[in-house]
Amino acid sequence: MGTTTTAPLRTGSAQESVQAGAARARDLLRLATAGSVDDGKSTLVGRLLHDTKSVLADQLAAVERVSAERGLAAADLALLTDGLRAEREQGITIDVAYRYFATDRRAFVLADTPGHVQYTRNMVTGASTAQLAVVLLDARKGVLEQTRRHVSVAALLRVPHVVLAVNKMDLVGYDEATFRTHAGAFAELATGLGVEDVTAIPLSALAGDNVVERSAAMPWYDGPTLLEHLEAVPVERDPRTEPLRFPVQVVIRPQTPDFPDYRGYAGRIEQGGVAVGDTVVVQPAGRTTTVVGIDTADGPLDAAWAPRSVTLRLADDIDISRGDLLADATRPATVTQDLSGTVCWLGDTPAAPRQRVLVRTGTRTVRAMIRSLDEGLDVTTLERHPAPTSFALNDIGRLTLRLAEPVAVDEYATLRHGGAFLLVDEADGMTLAAGMVGDPLAGGCPGGRPSA
Amino acid sequence: MSAVTADRTSEQARDLAGVALSQLDDLESEAIHIFREVVGELERPVLLFSGGKDSIVMLHLAVKAFWPAPVPFPLLHVDTGHNFPEVLAHRDATAERLGLRLLVASVQDAIDAGKLRERPDGTRNPLQTVPLLEAIEEGRFDAVFGGGRRDEEKARAKERVFSLRDEFGAWDPRRQRPELWGLYNGRHRPGEHVRVFPLSNWTEMDVWLYIEREGIDLPSIYYAHERDVFSRDGMWLTAGDWGGPKPHETVERRQVRYRTVGDMSCTGAVDSDAATVADVIAEVAGSRLTERGATRADDRMSEAAMEDRKREGYF
Repeated sequence: MGTTTTAPLRTGSAQESVQAGAARARDLLRLATAGSVDDGKSTLVGRLLHDTKSVLADQLAAVERVSAERGLAAADLALLTDGLRAEREQGITIDVAYRYFATDRRAFVLADTPGHVQYTRNMVTGASTAQLAVVLLDARKGVLEQTRRHVSVAALLRVPHVVLAVNKMDLVGYDEATFRTHAGAFAELATGLGVEDVTAIPLSALAGDNVVERSAAMPWYDGPTLLEHLEAVPVERDPRTEPLRFPVQVVIRPQTPDFPDYRGYAGRIEQGGVAVGDTVVVQPAGRTTTVVGIDTADGPLDAAWAPRSVTLRLADDIDISRGDLLADATRPATVTQDLSGTVCWLGDTPAAPRQRVLVRTGTRTVRAMIRSLDEGLDVTTLERHPAPTSFALNDIGRLTLRLAEPVAVDEYATLRHGGAFLLVDEADGMTLAAGMVGDPLAGGCPGGRPSA
Repeated sequence: MSAVTADRTSEQARDLAGVALSQLDDLESEAIHIFREVVGELERPVLLFSGGKDSIVMLHLAVKAFWPAPVPFPLLHVDTGHNFPEVLAHRDATAERLGLRLLVASVQDAIDAGKLRERPDGTRNPLQTVPLLEAIEEGRFDAVFGGGRRDEEKARAKERVFSLRDEFGAWDPRRQRPELWGLYNGRHRPGEHVRVFPLSNWTEMDVWLYIEREGIDLPSIYYAHERDVFSRDGMWLTAGDWGGPKPHETVERRQVRYRTVGDMSCTGAVDSDAATVADVIAEVAGSRLTERGATRADDRMSEAAMEDRKREGYF
């Protein structure tokens, strides 16, 4: 069917438009979708937007007009997610697109990642900020190579919640046994890769079964619809269990008559929380000090948690600037000049040993050299290949970097924000790689053994 | 397994009360983070400020990001010469209240200097690109904050938070950098600059909910008022010196408000009795048209009108 999947457009959806009153109290979930065009992903995204009344009359009219111009019998919901002229002309999706929909309980930012061209680069990008990934699977086909790739990338990026959408249930007669088989195989795969929370939902994006509205065709299924599940999953891990990671963005020094001596360190709490009186360590330098104030433009706070942007005031007048990390003194980050990590290569020119790059972690950027390419990782077969000679665009593998100055980092598998880094080309500024400190798939990789 | 998940999540949700951020706090925190990244990484930022609601919200967030220090960059407005007087007055008052330098790049000046020619349809919105790029070059700005939102339009849905522009100010969607983990990459070569969109993840509804929560003051034309208007292309355009109405178009007095504010020649009003923020929120929640679809002639020119303007260096 591809991108020309069509869908009947119903207007009498059970999901009424968002009530203004409830919208004031809702929270925000960031999610990514993964699936190939044949899985009906565009139709599923279109269905979510349409059935949550996020598609308005003029957008729908445009879709209907273009569908008619192309000789389609019904409006193609997949067209809602085509953005650029080149994409429409070539019938492809070239980039991550962000979609917005909301219910009374929750607002959603959906990173819609295309299935074919530059697949890995796009899904890595979408998954990096996602709290939840929806992986699509065709009920007629079950777990395929591409399903393995999708769930591997979600697992590699440590997306905490993964939903398996077993799509096209209408084409297998809404058969429970088929669903159970696929759900079981997927759960085994995902759990083996270290995914924390896996939920499988049988649905038909085309017919609208179990996407927003409960399906009458699958009475054997008593779990949530996709939207009900999206509304219910916890948005954040509990930040109170995690150590503070606060990269300093800018130093606030007003030097105004009202605030002549004010000095605050502005940043966003990326992990954990902070309270007045906490002891923090300034990394990589290693000095400790005490938090004496947590300021915001709306007034001071006694305590704050990720992902809030605040300004911290400290007891001691020590040298702190952009690039420094304020961390929980009892559970600090690791300070190192040798970084071993897993990267997804995003540059057009391949990676090579001895290549000079910039490493960006938190708010710190340091010069570095690729000391070695240690291992290539095939995210489809989960096989590991020792000593690759280069990484090309969309390749995933492990490498070792030698840094010109120390950085303070965490294992990505333990703390997502503390262990994420970028490699950047110093000459033209392009982003060369998305990096994760350590080996986020280690121990959860049934297909291959890490080589020496 | 689904029922178990649901039980656990409701338990956690209760438990996280007071710790987890609301949607508006989350969006606010993200925007503040973006402002601070730009000031930390780049040399000469400037904020595009038209006096429209999105740029007012953006500036409000900038004030919060650097409090108690003043906003560390100037404001820039591209004045088409057809702007609403209420909006210009609000623009000037805001800049003065915050003690910020306001630069104005004028489409009229560019026309007078022969750099631009008036379009036959009288619309000046697409003409803003040349004065904008000249002002960026003259000011040697390397980061330009814009109030664009991804929910506005489908070319914008593909936009990055940090959007690289070449030395001609052009946007090449195929050359955009992947943006991961909120680790924004603003490095660029001399002559290039980045456009930065702190409201990328906000919707029209979010902007209004935030205006309500923060008590942000907007130009009066966002609320229902009586106005002399005439109908063109299914929109209510305001009568005025900019070139309307034409002889066959009749002016009538109606109660309207503006959902978006741009050039008078291409920004339509909607019939409305929404006199307060709460009224507007209720109206937006019930609306069946997008804000640009309802009120912007410039986006109706073609399927790819916004994409083409962005490629040329538009906001």
